[in-house]
Amino acid sequence: MKNISYSAAHAAYLRKNRTRGILVNVARVGILALFLGLWELCAQFEIIDPFITSSPSRVIKTIGELYEGGNLFYHIGITLMETLTGFAIAVIVGYGVAVLLYMSDSVRKIFEPYIVVLNSLPKIALGPLIIIWMGTGYTAIIFMTVLVAIIVCIMNTLTGFLSVDKTMLTLMRAMGASKRATLVKLIIPASLPTLINTLKVAVGLSWIGSIMGEYIVSRAGLGYLIVYGGQVFKLDLVMTATIILCVLAGGMYGIIAFIESRLTK
Amino acid sequence: MILSFEDVGYTYHTLNGETEALKGLNFGILRGQFVSVIGPSGCGKSTILSLAAGLITPSSGRIVRENAEFGYMLQRDALFPWRTVEANLFLPLEVKKRNTKEMRENAINLAEKYGLKDFLKKKPAELSGGMRQRVALIRTLAAQPDILLLDEPFSALDYQTRLEVCDDVQGIIKSEKKTALLVTHDISEAIALSDKVIVLSARPARVVAEHDIDFGGNNPKHRRECGEFAATFEKLRCELGI
Repeated sequence: MKNISYSAAHAAYLRKNRTRGILVNVARVGILALFLGLWELCAQFEIIDPFITSSPSRVIKTIGELYEGGNLFYHIGITLMETLTGFAIAVIVGYGVAVLLYMSDSVRKIFEPYIVVLNSLPKIALGPLIIIWMGTGYTAIIFMTVLVAIIVCIMNTLTGFLSVDKTMLTLMRAMGASKRATLVKLIIPASLPTLINTLKVAVGLSWIGSIMGEYIVSRAGLGYLIVYGGQVFKLDLVMTATIILCVLAGGMYGIIAFIESRLTK
Repeated sequence: MILSFEDVGYTYHTLNGETEALKGLNFGILRGQFVSVIGPSGCGKSTILSLAAGLITPSSGRIVRENAEFGYMLQRDALFPWRTVEANLFLPLEVKKRNTKEMRENAINLAEKYGLKDFLKKKPAELSGGMRQRVALIRTLAAQPDILLLDEPFSALDYQTRLEVCDDVQGIIKSEKKTALLVTHDISEAIALSDKVIVLSARPARVVAEHDIDFGGNNPKHRRECGEFAATFEKLRCELGI
């Protein structure tokens, strides 16, 4: 590509595009730096009360303390495990259910109202029941995570299946394809973009589910740190856990975006 | 007769009521013939193809087929964008569970014979509309059907491509000595391509007239240049009541 010589106008166009790309990145990092800087300065000069708002330096100190106490990766590990397990179950079981619903129009019609109601129901309302049924261990939290994420997984995947090109379906039918062959050769590959989208939505929902679960019942995890920190007024701990959550959630989304770019290349 | 419709009727049922699409339909196709069915839009032309392929069963009358394999070609190419051209050609073989080395080689040979050699490893999105429709035809031929059912396969193309692809497809079908049943609303297309044109009435459709077309050899281009072309066109136009 380097060897191709462009016209002056095209070179200018490319340069302009690149400049804009750099500008966007600089602005992104700049906003973060500005925010952290202002936060730190305001806290240092006590314009805001660092006991209530914490500050970047206090967050770093808290991370250090957690690390030295051997607690940092313990809490991160617990929450990650809960989130990832819940996410995996929700996506896999959700996909399976969507396949079953797709295969039979009648089954789909029968279950439609149940799915709609379950989708609208705020899952946290089931909190007390889950504690009683599942105890206070991480099974309860994983269950909560699955509950929050699975309905959307089912609905998104099913919508993807149902929106497959009608002409392609006719083609499969005209070739005498069985339902199974249609599913394997057409529906599943054609709805791959929807699957990726579902994964993206499910990541966010799984975090909601696991943290919500930890709020209700838990003895460890980032959600536990947040609740505990709030109760004993250690807001440094609350801020620290929140920031770690931001990083983890962003990272997980990034992994899926990476998978997407590999698959759609 | 490789395929014949004997007094065939077909009625659609929807929640809003029933629609009689075809009534007392009679016609036959000989092996190797290229037959076109023309009719006013919405007269149930596509239904005829679904009936012929056995995707639906007639409400009355019967359809007699010789032991023949059917291949469908649709309005849009419906190539799977995630498969290469080559993999698209193999699709009917996979679906019909005849994915043998021999059948695959045969498909590749057909593709090479009709100028798709350099495109086999490409994705459909990299091909022009005309090329894609050609791939769709070769895909249909890959399963080695005896009868091709063509459902307005050119109507989604722009005019220039349409003329090209039209002649192209007819040439390939003729040189592969296949039987074809084409439904179209385009009178000139029907005249240029067919050995026989069947004119249908509005719904419920029945046969208004049948015409054997034999001027201008088998070449669509020559036919369009013939004096009889315009006369035949007028005659069909009158019969369609346009």
